[in-house]
Amino acid sequence: MDYTSNEMMTVAAARALTSDDVCFVGIGLPSAACNLARLTHAPGIRLVYESGTLETKPDVLPLSIGDGELCETALVTVSVPEMFQYWLQGERITVGFLGGAQVDRYGNLNSTVIGDYRSPKVRLPGSGGATEIATGCRRIYIVMKQSPRTFVERLSFLTSLGHGPTGRERRELGVRTQGPTLIVTDLCIMKPDPETNEFRVTSIHPGVTRGQIIEATGWPIRFADDVDETPPPTAEELAALRDLNARTAKAHGTDGAVG
Amino acid sequence: MSEFCSLNDAIRRLVRPGDSVALEGFTHLIPFAAGHEIIRQGLTDLTLIRMTPDLIYDQMIGCGCAKKLVFSWGGNPGVGSLHRLRDAVERGWPAPLEIEEHSHSAMAHAYAAGAAGMPAAFFRGYRGSDLAKVNPNIRFIECPFTGEQLAAVPAIRPDVGIVHAQKADRTGNVLVEGIVGVQKEVVLASKRVLVTVEEVVERFPPGATNAVILPAWTIDAIAVVPGGARPSYAHGYYQRDNAFYVAWDAISRDRDTFRRWIDEHVYGRTPA
Repeated sequence: MDYTSNEMMTVAAARALTSDDVCFVGIGLPSAACNLARLTHAPGIRLVYESGTLETKPDVLPLSIGDGELCETALVTVSVPEMFQYWLQGERITVGFLGGAQVDRYGNLNSTVIGDYRSPKVRLPGSGGATEIATGCRRIYIVMKQSPRTFVERLSFLTSLGHGPTGRERRELGVRTQGPTLIVTDLCIMKPDPETNEFRVTSIHPGVTRGQIIEATGWPIRFADDVDETPPPTAEELAALRDLNARTAKAHGTDGAVG
Repeated sequence: MSEFCSLNDAIRRLVRPGDSVALEGFTHLIPFAAGHEIIRQGLTDLTLIRMTPDLIYDQMIGCGCAKKLVFSWGGNPGVGSLHRLRDAVERGWPAPLEIEEHSHSAMAHAYAAGAAGMPAAFFRGYRGSDLAKVNPNIRFIECPFTGEQLAAVPAIRPDVGIVHAQKADRTGNVLVEGIVGVQKEVVLASKRVLVTVEEVVERFPPGATNAVILPAWTIDAIAVVPGGARPSYAHGYYQRDNAFYVAWDAISRDRDTFRRWIDEHVYGRTPA
């Protein structure tokens, strides 16, 4: 069956979620993956968006983090201070799903600037919820398209803490949560080395070569001893994802496909 | 005590050049009409405070209203960049813009601290983030009971808080429904408060026992502005104009196209 590398990425990210998870969802790729999980193998998953919507079940993917669809299909909608105080800081969330403009080998993320902070080459949107999602959720999954510009040796700016600049800073800073345990890209799946916290490739998507992954990574990427091949998307997964994207495009009157 | 007046009068009475102003609404209920009236009245040197600057601050920054922006996520939701904000930060057009950058959690806590009359907010935040290195208003203190390092940011106490809501009753109490964001906090944190509403009703619908209701004595002025949150949305009244958010990308990318749009849609409109 034909599928795109974006579809493979979204499906692989969705598979990491279970019906037991309470998931803090960002817009874009994370939102597509989380809702695909809910519509396929993880119907019990509880999705939370930073606009205050708890246990929301959107029929179409929201364009913004505060779309009416999220509120109308939620169990309840709380205020934004309550969301960050009780639900995120209160450590009620099992998984936070993040992306960014840059990630490094220890899963630290930049969504603030490219270049110098005071005179940036590119001014990005900034943290939003990410800085405290990165430390407040029990664990973090990262989903990003892989290229040497996004998977970098050194971040321009550390917006959201992964395992820290040397992979060891979380504990020193008194952060009790696990941090990033999974990176899903359009080429492969990475997990941190249990000793060093450096992300290494543990599964390669069908048809992708090691050479492509090496070229698409800005640091000398390592491969685990046993590297799996990611199972391709099933017919059921693809149908659910394409239906979701088609409903979304129709609802927004735009090309709603994000994954 | 809240007083009903026109939007033009309300902005004239409550907002002065150089004020710190927070127009809030988390994607939902963004007070666009009030922001446009601030542009029309030519108010400048404002410190604009908002978690997500969104299109409204992109427009106000592009019109030269702001000297400083306090924010936590400066993008066009689901679309991309805010080009007027980027032009101001990257190239100083139409004027240099000072920025004070936070995370959402910090701003949410800072508004709550403002509402509670506290000088600062304390929370578990900013750990390991470079934001603390570039923003001197992010500091750390030790919990006197546990020794834990906690982040501290000053409370947000705007000179003027402006929100949009669904309903006011005849007394001037206000009901907010749907995604309520930081509406209550910004109203209670601000020195002067303007609320624009979709409509005035005799009484609020039954079953609103635990609703977000802002008593009349927390508000200075109410202006009835149907559609005052467009192109964002008002739960129960109208939908978010997603197509306009997408279209804004092209309108705002170019300075001249932007100016023409503002001339036609802001300066060319009669105030409510």
